[in-house]
Amino acid sequence: MKRFILESAAIVQVELIKLIRDPTELISRAVQPVLWLVIFGQVLAQVRGIHTGQTSYLAFITPGILAQSILFSGIFYGIAIIWERDLGVVQKLLASPARRISLVFGKAVAAGFRGIVQAVVIYIIALIMHVSVRLDPLVIIAVLGSVMLGSGIFATFSLIIACIVKTRERFMGIGQLLTMPMFFSSNAIYPLEIMPGWLRVLAQINPLTYLIDALRGLVITGGENIYGYSVDFGVMLGVFLVLLLIAVRLYPTLAE
Amino acid sequence: MNTNAPHNPDKFAIKTLKLTRKFGNLTAVDHLELQVPYHEIFGLLGSNGAGKSTLIKMLTTLLTPTSGSAEIGGFDIIKSPGEVRRHIGYVPQMLSADGALTGYENLLLLARLYGLKRTERSIRIDDALNFMGLTDSAHNLVKTYSGGMVRRLELAQAMLHRPAILFLDEPTIGLDPLARHMVWDRLLLLRREYGMTVLITTHDMEEAEVLCSKLAILLAGQISVVGTPAELRAGLGKDATMDDVFAQYAGDLAHSGGSFSDVAQTRRTAQRLG
Repeated sequence: MKRFILESAAIVQVELIKLIRDPTELISRAVQPVLWLVIFGQVLAQVRGIHTGQTSYLAFITPGILAQSILFSGIFYGIAIIWERDLGVVQKLLASPARRISLVFGKAVAAGFRGIVQAVVIYIIALIMHVSVRLDPLVIIAVLGSVMLGSGIFATFSLIIACIVKTRERFMGIGQLLTMPMFFSSNAIYPLEIMPGWLRVLAQINPLTYLIDALRGLVITGGENIYGYSVDFGVMLGVFLVLLLIAVRLYPTLAE
Repeated sequence: MNTNAPHNPDKFAIKTLKLTRKFGNLTAVDHLELQVPYHEIFGLLGSNGAGKSTLIKMLTTLLTPTSGSAEIGGFDIIKSPGEVRRHIGYVPQMLSADGALTGYENLLLLARLYGLKRTERSIRIDDALNFMGLTDSAHNLVKTYSGGMVRRLELAQAMLHRPAILFLDEPTIGLDPLARHMVWDRLLLLRREYGMTVLITTHDMEEAEVLCSKLAILLAGQISVVGTPAELRAGLGKDATMDDVFAQYAGDLAHSGGSFSDVAQTRRTAQRLG
C-alpha cells in the first residue's frame, strides 16, 4: 500500500509540474464553459421555458457546465496517453517495477487536479454572473471530492479507449463521438423530468448524471439533489473502480 | 560488482528457450535460443522485421510470448515479471525522456518508481548525472538538450537502480559521430564500473564492431549466427567487413526493409534527434 501511494504520487507530481509549467491547455479549456454560461445560459434564462424549480436557469446549469468541462477535459486525456506511447514513455514506465495500478491511478488523480482548476474557473464565472454559490468549507470539500472522482472516471474511461484504439486519429473521432451524446443524455442543461422516457433511461445509466446531481446539490444555493448523495457517490465510486480495474488490465497492451 | 546482483552468477544474464511470438499468421520470433553471458555488451543485428524489437519487448516483459520461455538474471519472464523488471534497465528506441521536465525531474520520477529511498535517491541521481556528464544541465528542461544529451539522460535513468542487465534499442540512432562515441564510452564504462550486461540492437556496423563484445544476427525470428565481431569476419575470409557479415547472415535483402510503421518510427526518432 505504501509503495502504491509513493508510486502514484510520483506520477501525479510529474503531471502537476508539467501543468504549472505550461497551462496553455487549461486556459484554452476554460473558454468553453465561459461561452456556455455567459451566452447560452443567459439567453436561455430569458426564455423561461425550462422549469428549474426554486433556482434560476443560469444557476441550474452552472453545475452542469462544471461537469461538462470535467467530461471534456477528462475524455481527451487519452490523447496524451497515446502521445506518451509514441514517445516510448509508456514502454519505459511499464518496464519499471512500478505497479500498473499505481501508473493508472496516478494519471486519474492528476486528471482530478486538472478538474479542480476547471472548477475554480467556473466558480469565478458564477460569482461574476451573480449566481448564488455555496461557499462553506465542508461543501467545498465535497465539491472537490466530486470533481476529483468525476475527472478520474472520465480520464480512466479515456485511457481505456486509448488502449483499444492506439492511434491519435482514431481516438479523436471516438472522443468527439462520445462527448456530445454523453452531455446531452444527462441532466446538465435540462432536468430529468422533462426528458422523454427513453432519454431518461439513458441519463440514468450515464455516470455524468450522478456527478451533476451531486454537484447540483452542492454548488448552488437551493440546488436540488434528486438521487441523494450516497447514491451519487456510490455510483461514481463503483464506476471508477470498475474502470480502474479494466484500465489496469489494458494499459500494458499499449507497450506491445 | 556493484550491480543489483542476481542470485546465481553462474547462470547466463539472458537465456531463452524456444522463445516464440506470433502475430496472427506471422511468426515474429520463432523458437529462438539465445544465451548471453554476464558482463558482455551483446549486439543484436538483423534486417527490419527480423524480430529484434519483438524479442526485446518479450525480454523486458512488455510482451508475453506465445510459447517458450526466457530467464533474465535467473528470473523467468512469465512467472516473475516483477523480479525481472527490478533487475533490468530499458531504453526504448524513441526519445522517451520528457522534454517538459528537467533532467533532474526525469531522473527523480524513475528513482521514485524504482522505489529508491529518499536519501539514496539524491545520491544515485547526482551519481548518474555525473557519470553521464550532465551535472551542469541537470536543471535545464530536456527540450533544450541535444540528441546525444537526451540519450545520455535516458542511460542515466536506466542505471539509477544499478540493474544487472541493460536493454537498449538502437541507442545511437540519429546521433552525430561525436555524440555516438560519447554514448559508447559511457556504455563501456558502465560495464567496467558496475559490471552491467548490456544488450543492444543496432543497424550500425561500426557500432557492432567497436562496442559489442559479441553479436547475434537475427533472420526470420531465429538466430542465424553468433560470435565475436572478429570471429564473424574471419569466418568469411581475410578481407571481410562487418557489412559482408551482415549481408551473409541477415538474409535476402530484396525482401528486407521492415514494415511501414517500423521505418516511420525510426525516422521520427531520427528527426527528433535533429
